[in-house]
Amino acid sequence: MAGKSAAAGHHDHPTGLKRFLFSTNHKDIGSMYLIFAMIGGIVGVLLSIGMRLELQEPGMQYFSDPHVFNVFTTAHGLIMVFFMIMPSLFGGFGNWIVPLMIGAPDMAFPRLNNISFWLLPPALLLLVISLFVPGPPGGFGVGAGWTVYAPLSTSGSPGPAMDFAILALHLAGASSILSAINFITTIFNMRAPGMTIHKMPLFVWSILITAFLLLLALPVLAGAITMLLTDRNFGTTFFDVAGGGDPLLFQHLFWFFGHPEVYIIILPGFGLISHVIATFSHKPVFGYLGMAYAMVAIGVVGFVVWAHHMYTAGISLNTQAYFVAATMVIAVPTGVKIFSWIATMWGGSIEFKTPMIWAFGFIFLFTVGGVTGVVLSNAGVDRGLHDTYYVVAHFHYVLSLGATFALFAGWYYWFPKITGYMYSEFIGKLHFWFTFVGVNVAFFPQHFLGLAGMPRRYADYPDAFAGWNYVSSVGSYISGFAVLIFLYGIYHAFSRKEKAADNPWGEGATTLEWTLSSPPPFHQFERLPRIK
Amino acid sequence: MAKAHANEHDYHLVEPSPWPIVGGISAFVTALGLIIWMQSMGDGEGLFGFSGPWIFAIGVTSVAATMFVWWRDVINEAEHQGHHKPVVQLHLRYGMILFIASEVMFFVVWFWGFFDAALFPDEAVQVARTEFTGGQWPPKGVETFDPWDIPLVNTLILLTSGTTVTWAHHALLKDDRRGLILGLVCTIILGVMFTALQVYEYAQASFPFSGSIYGATFYMATGFHGAHVIIGTIFLTVILFRSLAGHFTSKQHFGFEAAAWYWHFVDVVWLFLFAAIYVWGAGTPAVH
Repeated sequence: MAGKSAAAGHHDHPTGLKRFLFSTNHKDIGSMYLIFAMIGGIVGVLLSIGMRLELQEPGMQYFSDPHVFNVFTTAHGLIMVFFMIMPSLFGGFGNWIVPLMIGAPDMAFPRLNNISFWLLPPALLLLVISLFVPGPPGGFGVGAGWTVYAPLSTSGSPGPAMDFAILALHLAGASSILSAINFITTIFNMRAPGMTIHKMPLFVWSILITAFLLLLALPVLAGAITMLLTDRNFGTTFFDVAGGGDPLLFQHLFWFFGHPEVYIIILPGFGLISHVIATFSHKPVFGYLGMAYAMVAIGVVGFVVWAHHMYTAGISLNTQAYFVAATMVIAVPTGVKIFSWIATMWGGSIEFKTPMIWAFGFIFLFTVGGVTGVVLSNAGVDRGLHDTYYVVAHFHYVLSLGATFALFAGWYYWFPKITGYMYSEFIGKLHFWFTFVGVNVAFFPQHFLGLAGMPRRYADYPDAFAGWNYVSSVGSYISGFAVLIFLYGIYHAFSRKEKAADNPWGEGATTLEWTLSSPPPFHQFERLPRIK
Repeated sequence: MAKAHANEHDYHLVEPSPWPIVGGISAFVTALGLIIWMQSMGDGEGLFGFSGPWIFAIGVTSVAATMFVWWRDVINEAEHQGHHKPVVQLHLRYGMILFIASEVMFFVVWFWGFFDAALFPDEAVQVARTEFTGGQWPPKGVETFDPWDIPLVNTLILLTSGTTVTWAHHALLKDDRRGLILGLVCTIILGVMFTALQVYEYAQASFPFSGSIYGATFYMATGFHGAHVIIGTIFLTVILFRSLAGHFTSKQHFGFEAAAWYWHFVDVVWLFLFAAIYVWGAGTPAVH
């Protein structure tokens, strides 16, 4: 029995449904993460298009109740963060690429790896159920925003919808903590002989740092939403002033998780962009150690800036002054990264392949979002801009555009390795241009709307804001169309079946995954590679 | 285990396993059952036509069963199939340390909640809180426990259990099976004593769980700690049964060490709870 199953695991590898449902293979689990993220992404995009349809013109068009609009906002935010970006960049590419890059046969805990994935569909299902059960009096779903501030999420939303959302976050959080443990252990212990920590590819660095952020930040979210759960159902008063509680406590706990969370979203993108830029500039990345430790610095400082989300919540002036200063410090390591990417390209022989174009887009959009971030880090300026569309524009430039462009750069960069097929350069570039134009048309005008004072999380607005809202909605439809091009590109590549070379990118691609076949064997590196 | 060309590495490539997806489904049932149960409390009528704690109980049982079969597989792989080469044992060490690190962050939350209230019961901007607490900690009207009564006994119990588990460890290192088992039995008895005294103390409490920030911070912090004590006791009991079954050698016994680490972690959390909530947070306790 043991002999038979051992042979099955190593050579006649498992097939059919069992191969995926019971998987202990990092590549299969990575593929499931990527497919899951696509489903999450499509749902998230549809929700955002729904919101932009409503906001296209002043007045109420499609939503009978403004609460439903807020339910869309909340679900869009939670789904994009927990069920699109994290499963794709960290779960999907992390699983697929990290073991290949460090020359390991698999993850350290292959079975644990699978439950990290299999906790996500139940979590998404709980979140979807929350849309259809009673929330606030007379309404369905959670409309409290992804931040679920108390007391809006306690006495303001007495129905079970909020409980579903809370437990969805518990499961998603447990999933992330387990995969963080797995990645840290894998990266520390399973690097190929000779690959010292200072020879480790930058994508591996970025996943390592992200995993530490997850490990230390997510238990704090778990505790905070547990307090919400007991306040809602068991009569504790953590956030209820009538019982001596403090609503600000929730904001502190939430953002102590929430701010590292935004670096969890962007750091894997930082890592993979370095590979894409170096590959297509045919140069090693500029300032490797500086790049690595800039990410470490971002991760560390990211834990001590959380209250810049709370300037207007009544925290003291001294506290605000500290958080302004600490927040601005983050611009330094981030600047190191931007300049090093540009310096990598400088003097290189640049090839304008699809992944590289997405990387250009990433640098441009992320820099725009980073600069508006420095604007918002000022507590004084934030008095006027807090909770306006300026903030919406800012975090969409860094996250939905920065992280997503990095995601697509990685997608086209590793698509040949993962699937064994070449994608179409034409469709990839078409996808890029539609997305690039679409998101800029959608989000750039939101800066103007925010500066003019348009608040976020409202289904309606005064006529004065009509013009730019119309433009923004058109942009959102263009980006929605780009998603169709993306999906068609996958269909096209799989039906055309143009075989990808082991290393389709040439001498610029130097990491270990390119030494393997495309797609790699079921178990790679049965003999460990040696790094000089 | 005849193989055409054997792997030239010591890593453990685990066979496909149904337990992860079974665990995921069990977690879903647990979550759904918990909500249905919460919706049936008081005069609630449940959800989706279901009410009561039964679905939750089924979910928790399935989660526990998944853990049982999963760890049974791990133990078989370690004890009988020889998959736990030194590098795999190193993985497990890292995994356990990181897991405990995440647990530490979970307890940070409860201490944060406690200090948020205990350090600032009378902020000028928090009028409603000041009204509730009377501007003091513990809030007016709360009669706290005397820390030098049961809590001190519990502290001594946990500290003693830390030494007995170390006794068991040293016995194991010297291949002294009898000492290992005795040490573990003592540790488990001390763990159960702690839990029993904690339950007894809860039953004596003059302040309620609901309606007050004192009850909320006290019961949730000590309650989560108590849950961890129970988990640690179960962990040590499994280790005891494994020791009785002849598992572990003086060279390879990571399961034992993981349980011991976890036990020490639980012990340290208690010391902080004792110092912060019971001693410092008690103000001037009522004289009994």
